[in-house]
Amino acid sequence: MANKSVDHKHFPWSHVIGFVMSIALTFLAVWLGLYTDLALNTVIILVFGLAFIQAGIQLFMFMHVTEGENGIWQVGKMLSAAFIALVIVIGTVWVMNGMH
Amino acid sequence: MAHVNNDASPDTPLEYQSEIGRLNIFGFWIFLGAEMALFATIFAAYFALVDSTGGGPLPSEVFDINGTMTMTLLLLTSSFTCGLAIHEMRRNNVKSMIVWLIITLLFGLGFLYMEVNEFIHLVNEGANLGTNAFWSSFFVLTGTHGLHVTLGIGWMTLIIIQVLKRGLTPDTAKKVFISSLYWHFLDFVWIFVFTGVYLLGLVE
Repeated sequence: MANKSVDHKHFPWSHVIGFVMSIALTFLAVWLGLYTDLALNTVIILVFGLAFIQAGIQLFMFMHVTEGENGIWQVGKMLSAAFIALVIVIGTVWVMNGMH
Repeated sequence: MAHVNNDASPDTPLEYQSEIGRLNIFGFWIFLGAEMALFATIFAAYFALVDSTGGGPLPSEVFDINGTMTMTLLLLTSSFTCGLAIHEMRRNNVKSMIVWLIITLLFGLGFLYMEVNEFIHLVNEGANLGTNAFWSSFFVLTGTHGLHVTLGIGWMTLIIIQVLKRGLTPDTAKKVFISSLYWHFLDFVWIFVFTGVYLLGLVE
């Protein structure tokens, strides 16, 4: 099988690093949202940016989306699903709140 | 089809050794893509109705950042311990795998306990499913996620029982692996609930 370079004998570094980064990003988002005087739009963009990084940590460091012989298709499926999700959410907000 | 593929190298993790295992895992990724679309529609409804708070308390009045942070850290830690369970499974360490899975379930139950308490608190504050459009969409979104966590706990419990009965085979390893993908996905969705609902609800 291709792409079977899974490191399953040693210390689970990718999980530990992903976990620490997720906690740091969560606290950073709370700090940005509640303890700074940034404009609301800036806060929205920044905290969602951090959320997408955290989502990427789940996919790549915890779920190992690239592994297995179908790895490339799994990544493709997640990208297409993310595209659909963004179109649904941003499209809805745009039509319902932005257009009067 | 379900038999172990002889040309699979001995280094191949158990769950990828059979053709059916590989197909099931790939199929589950497609299911997760559909789940993302499902949650996107509920998020879309929530963000469209986020200002329709007439007749009920404002989210900034009733959300509690400490409780939400505790729930977030519980679910994040459970996702981490679930990853450790798979790590142990690939070292053929069934006992450690089951211990980490049980720890994962305990964190999941802790999350669920806090969420139920939060809902009770919100209802006491005058915010329920029928209060207004904002609270309807809030409860539909968090409730759908909470239902997924509940299902995940039940599913993983059954799979632990099956591993205890049958041992770790390509078939049971595949089931453990797929339920672990599902569990990570619960945290994946929660990241956006935490950010979009609770954090931004407290900012405004």
